[in-house]
Amino acid sequence: MMPETVLRGRAFKFGDNISTDHIIPGKYAHLRSDLPELAKHVMEDADPTFANQVKPGDFIVAGKNFGLGSSREHAALVIKMAGVSAILAKSVARIFFRNAINQGLPVLICDTDKISAGDEIEVNLTASTVSDLTNGVKLTFGKIPKVMLDILSEGGLIPYITKHGDFKL
Amino acid sequence: MGKTLSEKILSEKSGADVRAGDIVIAQVDLAFAQDTTGPLTVRQCKEVKHGRLANPQRTAIFLDHAIPSPNQQLSNDHQFLRRFAEETGCQIFEGGSGICHQLVAEKFANPGDIIVGADSHTVTAGGLGAFATGMGSSDIAVVFALGKTWFRVPETFKITINGKFQKWVGAKDLVLHLIGVLGADGATYKALEFDGNAVASMTISQRLTVANMAVEAGAKVGIFPSDNMTRRYLASQGRSSKYQALRPDADAEYERAIALDASELEPMVAMPHAVNNVTPVKMLAGTKIDQVFIGTCTNGRLEDLAAAAAILKSKKRNQRVRLIVAPASQQVLSKAMRIGYIQILVAAGAMILPPGCAACLGVHQGVLGDNEVCLSTANRNFKGRMGNPEASIYLASPATAAASALTGEITDPREVK
Repeated sequence: MMPETVLRGRAFKFGDNISTDHIIPGKYAHLRSDLPELAKHVMEDADPTFANQVKPGDFIVAGKNFGLGSSREHAALVIKMAGVSAILAKSVARIFFRNAINQGLPVLICDTDKISAGDEIEVNLTASTVSDLTNGVKLTFGKIPKVMLDILSEGGLIPYITKHGDFKL
Repeated sequence: MGKTLSEKILSEKSGADVRAGDIVIAQVDLAFAQDTTGPLTVRQCKEVKHGRLANPQRTAIFLDHAIPSPNQQLSNDHQFLRRFAEETGCQIFEGGSGICHQLVAEKFANPGDIIVGADSHTVTAGGLGAFATGMGSSDIAVVFALGKTWFRVPETFKITINGKFQKWVGAKDLVLHLIGVLGADGATYKALEFDGNAVASMTISQRLTVANMAVEAGAKVGIFPSDNMTRRYLASQGRSSKYQALRPDADAEYERAIALDASELEPMVAMPHAVNNVTPVKMLAGTKIDQVFIGTCTNGRLEDLAAAAAILKSKKRNQRVRLIVAPASQQVLSKAMRIGYIQILVAAGAMILPPGCAACLGVHQGVLGDNEVCLSTANRNFKGRMGNPEASIYLASPATAAASALTGEITDPREVK
């Protein structure tokens, strides 16, 4: 399940230090085995309108240190379930980065200040470019380590290990 | 060129001579999940090799985040985890045994080990010289199945702490100050390695507190060299044979060096809603609070309860303030009862909760009301963390928490008569 090479959608803007408690708070721990119900609360404590407005293909465009805090992979999972095609951020917290890639959700590091809320965005994963079609700005995103690209290209860690049986560096 | 602690451990466990920046596959000594990350971990694990474990004795499930269970859904998650443990023979620690990170320190972690857990505060075991880090459920599921995982060998920040702490100033104040210096992402992907004469005299309990919060600056691990303090702790837990001396090489290469003087530190507080939003307690004196929470993997150990008991002895909490105490493990609770700390805290008006995560993450046992303020000894104060985005959380040491419970407002423990 290789992710599409060219992704297109609208930008949903967030600031710096959006924690996993903003993305999916601990108070919904009882819903973690009922993912469709859990996913209704995606980004609730950062933007309560997000879950109703996001459409498949859209992007989360954040500042620095996105996804800090808890190791709960449900944070990456509910963003993926909302149909978000990639996360663009200035930087991302370590555990969230692994979790997103392990869920087959691309995380692209670039200067997100140049993107405004609601802008139409096109990402080319093979060319490593982000185009803001609304304001004409073109950005490039940072390199992802090979092991993570391989996991991403299989659609996540579990499909990767199921296919290869082991890590291949 | 010599090696840092992280480079030494990852070289040993990957069977290669590795340096910061390398990507390696390393054998893991312990992998675990807890009750809120465990169900996803188990479901993922069942997709890999049909859930067969590489090493059941090095695989553990802890029921700690939601115990006793507050609702039907979490009770069913607990059943699911118990069944997995029965099927696979992995270790399981029932509700009431304690918080996963405290039990890892008491029962598993040794210098030179690699420990991974589906919980961000897995870094705690760095206090015993383990390379310990948190991951998500998919990563841990694969370690359950294969016994190994991939790591990028981290660059290291050397944190040297010399000098002697003032009375009522300690590990929590030190680590809050350090996170203020580094910032919430100042050490992202890095290892924090601690050294200095103040570190040599820190107890394992204090080292665990510091290592626990390394992740709040974004770090992958917070790691201490092993020494006689480590040896004595392992002996006290029946693991003398697991001690090994572990120090970085004198010519190891560090990305950044930070030196702190313990004698200059004072009681610190992290203000809402960020852990790096720190200030000395005295700057907030008089801030009204509604709830005090003493416990968690950061500050629920015997020394923490001792500090609170010393301040609250023969006194009563302010009548407007709820005082919640949750020991970090059954061992901590038993010792605290034997010594009399629990009796002092109860006499002061504390509610004693069973060993577990309790109010820390907003699941139950101390959820805050709208506009309420909590002073907590935990490690996180993000918006919504304790179950209500309209509430505010301040983080401080057990001594500051106890002093504040007496007055009903944020109080410097050095001011208590």
